[in-house]
Amino acid sequence: MYFYDDIDQRIIDERVAQFRDQTNRYLAGRLSEEDFRPHRLQNGLYIQRHAPMLRVAIPYGVLSSRQLRMLAQVARTYDRGFGHFTTRQNMQFNWPKLEDVPQILADLATVQMHAIQTSGNCIRNTTTDHFAGVAGDELLDPRPYCELIRQWSTFHPEFAFLPRKFKIAVNGAVHDRAATRVHDIGIDLVRAADGALGYRILVGGGLGRTPLIGQVIREFLPERHLLTYLDAVLRVYNRFGRRDNKYKARIKILVKERGLAVFQAAVEEEWSHLMDGPATVVPEELARIRSRIAVHPYATLPATDAGVERMLQEDVAFRRWHQRNVFAHKVAGYACVTLSLKSTGVAPGDISADAMDAVAALADHHGFGELRVSHEQNLILPDVPVAELPTVFAAARALGLAHPNVGMITNIIACPGGDYCSLANARSIPVAQALQERFDDLDYQYDIGELDLNISGCMNACGHHHVGHIGILGVDKHGEEFYQVTIGGSQTAPAALGRVIGPSLKQDEVPDAVERMIDRYLGLRDSEVERFVDVVARVGIEPFKESVYGLKAHSSTPTV
Amino acid sequence: MASRLIHQRRLSDDTWRVAQTPAGLPADADALVSLADWLAHRDAWRARGGRLGVALEPADDPLALSDDLDCLALVTVNFPAFTDGRGYSTARLLRERVGYAGQLRAVGDVFKDQLFYLSRVGFDAFLLREGETADDALAALDTFSEAYQASVERPEPLFRRRLG
Repeated sequence: MYFYDDIDQRIIDERVAQFRDQTNRYLAGRLSEEDFRPHRLQNGLYIQRHAPMLRVAIPYGVLSSRQLRMLAQVARTYDRGFGHFTTRQNMQFNWPKLEDVPQILADLATVQMHAIQTSGNCIRNTTTDHFAGVAGDELLDPRPYCELIRQWSTFHPEFAFLPRKFKIAVNGAVHDRAATRVHDIGIDLVRAADGALGYRILVGGGLGRTPLIGQVIREFLPERHLLTYLDAVLRVYNRFGRRDNKYKARIKILVKERGLAVFQAAVEEEWSHLMDGPATVVPEELARIRSRIAVHPYATLPATDAGVERMLQEDVAFRRWHQRNVFAHKVAGYACVTLSLKSTGVAPGDISADAMDAVAALADHHGFGELRVSHEQNLILPDVPVAELPTVFAAARALGLAHPNVGMITNIIACPGGDYCSLANARSIPVAQALQERFDDLDYQYDIGELDLNISGCMNACGHHHVGHIGILGVDKHGEEFYQVTIGGSQTAPAALGRVIGPSLKQDEVPDAVERMIDRYLGLRDSEVERFVDVVARVGIEPFKESVYGLKAHSSTPTV
Repeated sequence: MASRLIHQRRLSDDTWRVAQTPAGLPADADALVSLADWLAHRDAWRARGGRLGVALEPADDPLALSDDLDCLALVTVNFPAFTDGRGYSTARLLRERVGYAGQLRAVGDVFKDQLFYLSRVGFDAFLLREGETADDALAALDTFSEAYQASVERPEPLFRRRLG
């Protein structure tokens, strides 16, 4: 993680004081609900079904063991002893009291944490690859650029009241694990032919009501121009983005309605005035940020370990876990371990305060006290020495966090849904749990292979259903919960949006429908390496539609 | 009634009169006109003696004032709702692109919690909405002692100032 200096610390301390004043004025009746609302949202505070919900920022998903212990302490002191990791690498608390929130923020500030801009119509927490800095397939470490963007976006005075929320994701690896194609701005770190560092910039991607894949607005932007170029894009959006209809207010609609070429010309014109101005990045700043991002003292270790090799031969449970939940590290002799928060019977992304403390201890004992949060709502130990994998496996298993399902059907991404969220049309968690039970048999899961199943409780798409290989969307029909099923979505390149297979289903019909599609897939695939999503791409959605609705469904037009 | 106009961190009296055309206006009156009225009667406005100001709405293009710097003493930018943030870009463009140096006043749904951001993008005057007290609002100009970005108030971003 990036370690604050005195100025960074002072800024978040002053934010706590500001929010305390706003909360006190609201509670004293001197600030109306209408005027308080946008201000509390910019501190991550929603009013939800049961109580306020507080979303704490975990900038680009990097967290220290000390910070995780603080999250555990907050969960115990102010909540009901658990927290929920979101698809944007943040943590949500579902039961805090409004009066306690200023103190929660003050507690978080003691470990360099905050809830700044985790909601509201502003620039949100920037996200990246959960293996940033340790991934074997990395071209460039995205964290310094994420930190540059974090500082630029924090309290940016011009862009605090945008038409709608604004999300930026950065990818520095061969495999895009940051879903950059479905963000308002996606940034790929690239090198030009001459070796110069820079960025490929995409704009106008997003999920929600109008899912769209981002388009390249600049094939190569030299490194120093990042912030002036972002200023130009945001200024064009702030001035011309639609404010008449919140469902048409995201930048993707502006880009779509004007056309990429027109939007691009407006950005280039704006940028021509800002380029090489004071916000041009200086190399000293990137060096300063790099020096404040902990570089770990990796030991020289053998790449393999005889004990691990033996266990891989003899212990099928360890082998499965190793195959699914252990990821190659760029330093020989180390590995990245995913702790699955997707065990059957637990809401995806939920974790108890006790488990948070235990995981913090694992990060201290088997790494450098650092953790990552993935947008798939799991926790990652990024720096485990290979020889310690059996110990970590045993500890994770004892905690119920060793479910070997990363990348598989039960590694469900789901929003909190109607159980917690007042925006939701339908519940997500019971559907996730029913599917996890249906596919609990590991042999069956391994036979199915890689499959992303994503569930959102409403069109806001917090569960990223459009990019699930199978996506499930909660809809409201005449006051009843129904579920629309899409297939063929993908969050990695080439990113794709799923297509609706037919009329929406009742909650208890969903597991059967998914199982029938899986059976059809298993019959259609030409080998074990052809994934569900590959088969959909090859044969289209018709066979799957037929497996769910029967032959008659062919002529009917799906309506929801 | 206490003044709700702050200009350069002081309470100030509002001497400006809203007008559509120069006709019938006392020669020395401070006249505030909409951008449309300004553009429609530009020569007539320029010919009179009193001070001139233009009132911008969120969708107005501030670059339309590029040739009028010599005769403008006030530009107001309206915030119909504080959540409509277009005026922040308007202000920066006026200060940084057009080079306007006169009074830049935020009007409309303006209250304490916006003043810090407004001052950073170049507003030096704030007409608070009804019910706000100026003393409370003035304190908000110092909510934060530092800021990361380049802005009108501090053209160098923090990372350049950190070098020094």
